[in-house]
Amino acid sequence: MAASFEGGRTTSQLDLESIERSLRRPRTLFSYLMSMLTGAATVVALVPLFSVLYLLVKRGAMALNIATLTSLPPPPMAPGGGFGNAIVGTLLIVAIATILSVPLGILGAIFVSEFGPETRTASAVRFAAKVLTGLPSILAGVFSFAVVVVATGGFSAPAGGIALALLMLPTVLLTAEEAIKGVPARMREAAIGMGATPTQVVTRVVLPTAAPAMLTGVMLAVARAAGETAPLLFTALFSDFWVSGTHPYFLPKTIGDVMKPTASLAVIIYNFSGSPFENQIALAWTAALVLVMIVLAFNVIGQSLAGRSVD
Amino acid sequence: MASPRAEQISRPPSLLEVIGNRLFRGSTLIVAWFTVALVGWIVVSIGRQALPSMRAYGLNFLEGTVWDANRSRFGILPAIVGTLYSSILGLAIGAVFGLAIAIFLSEHFLSSAVDSLLKFLGLAEDSWVSWLPDKIEKVLRVTIELLAAIPSVVYGLWGIFVVIPFVRPAADWLHSHLGWIPIFGTGLSGPGLLPAAVVLAIMVLPTITAISRDSLAAVPPKLREAAFGMGATRWEAILAVFVPTAATGIFGAIILGFGRALGETMALAMLAGNSNVISWSLFSPANTLAALLANHFPEADQIEVGALMYAALMLLAITLVVNIVGTVILQRADAGLKGLR
Repeated sequence: MAASFEGGRTTSQLDLESIERSLRRPRTLFSYLMSMLTGAATVVALVPLFSVLYLLVKRGAMALNIATLTSLPPPPMAPGGGFGNAIVGTLLIVAIATILSVPLGILGAIFVSEFGPETRTASAVRFAAKVLTGLPSILAGVFSFAVVVVATGGFSAPAGGIALALLMLPTVLLTAEEAIKGVPARMREAAIGMGATPTQVVTRVVLPTAAPAMLTGVMLAVARAAGETAPLLFTALFSDFWVSGTHPYFLPKTIGDVMKPTASLAVIIYNFSGSPFENQIALAWTAALVLVMIVLAFNVIGQSLAGRSVD
Repeated sequence: MASPRAEQISRPPSLLEVIGNRLFRGSTLIVAWFTVALVGWIVVSIGRQALPSMRAYGLNFLEGTVWDANRSRFGILPAIVGTLYSSILGLAIGAVFGLAIAIFLSEHFLSSAVDSLLKFLGLAEDSWVSWLPDKIEKVLRVTIELLAAIPSVVYGLWGIFVVIPFVRPAADWLHSHLGWIPIFGTGLSGPGLLPAAVVLAIMVLPTITAISRDSLAAVPPKLREAAFGMGATRWEAILAVFVPTAATGIFGAIILGFGRALGETMALAMLAGNSNVISWSLFSPANTLAALLANHFPEADQIEVGALMYAALMLLAITLVVNIVGTVILQRADAGLKGLR
């Protein structure tokens, strides 16, 4: 046992053995083993990530070429083909979702952080946004089906876009709120002191300063939305054709082009994953590789912007 | 030099600016309320579509075990059981690993290991490697976050071609040798609960890790120092001081992870087998509410859509409750730690 210090006895009587760290002591041994165990758990948890990335490259990179990226999905049994329309469709649907969710998210964040941070409305908005963050993605699809597909009478790219916008909105709002909170108070005060209205303070000082951090949130939301499958299954559905009729033009020419079932990368992976045909399975892996590259690209752009925000 | 007069550097806002200000503030308020109303709108719009089938099937819908669109017989008991069973399994695996990683990161195991390695090699003083420990730990943190960035449909694809073939021999061995235990009651014929739960665990892990790590990092330094000062080993301090202090936050993280697992769709639609079976067996095919929606919605007729809306409403109710509970717990955790600082 440790020596006591009563009666003027000094450290000479302190039992150094008892405070020395040694693996022979059960306490230290236990601590050491637990550290090893958590380290091992961390390594094990990373195995799936590297397994996924390895297989994506191994099985997906074979068929990755210009033809795959620019041609239409093959029918069963047929060789070749690609998923050009699914890339265009994913970009179109995600663009619609971004156009809808970003302005709403940022305006909401401005209210929550600038105009009424202490109000009940603000705490209600924060709570609603947190609840929406946990909304299962498939229910966003069900909502869009009930509101858009039933009303317009068919599956379409905007129906998919609205479902994705619902998933992006809380992410954009909550990250924009944090970004705006990060703007130093002295900048606001300087603008107010010069007679700027609250609106001018927000649009000329706060938003430009918070822009990089807000863009990070938008990029992360876009990355998540691009990979979502469940909300698209019965809103955008799928299509074996280009968005604009027979030509691989990027932009749809008329409203009618948009208001019809639209292909997406996520859904083609799902459809082809259960296919009995080798060619379609190979295409599913290639589409997965392309989708993951798009998602990771948005993530990396977002992260690099985050490191750049100014004080 | 005379200092500038107030009129030279500032002026009162013009009428147009005052009106514009009112409009802008008004519009942010409207958007703020729209966000709140959106939650209600989701509930109401799904509820309204579900109303006819709620009237037609009533509570029998929750007890029925058959889903047969041709005979208009709909029941979701197997899907509810499957949702809860797969989520709890996935959560159990995900929480163990997620918490281990959270501790690993918040206690800076990796950077201190790299640090001592550098000291051992005698390089610790060199400025060109002194950033290495922090850098490596940051890489690990970002890598864990990347787990969440991979789309669930890609995990589903990976599950079909990697997880199922991988666990199948083990599952069949367990079934043939220990088949009398209910959880090994069937063989794995392809898709099944266990592969789905493994993929679910991967998907909830980043959520649990991120929130638990934040709660562990928020443990006040004075508690840390006091624990070590009393001679606790690192793990005595972790288990007796840090984890209990962060317990509310960790619990909230697990609840939010549960919410994610309940609503996760693609991994289960691709891996669980979409079959209305109620079984204790880990290897039996199963169904979940989200997978039911994904598999039946695209080709459903009017009547089946009504039934699916009813099922969606049930899923919405379960996940809303779980998420609200999780959010409230996390808010409490935050408030609770303030007193300790």
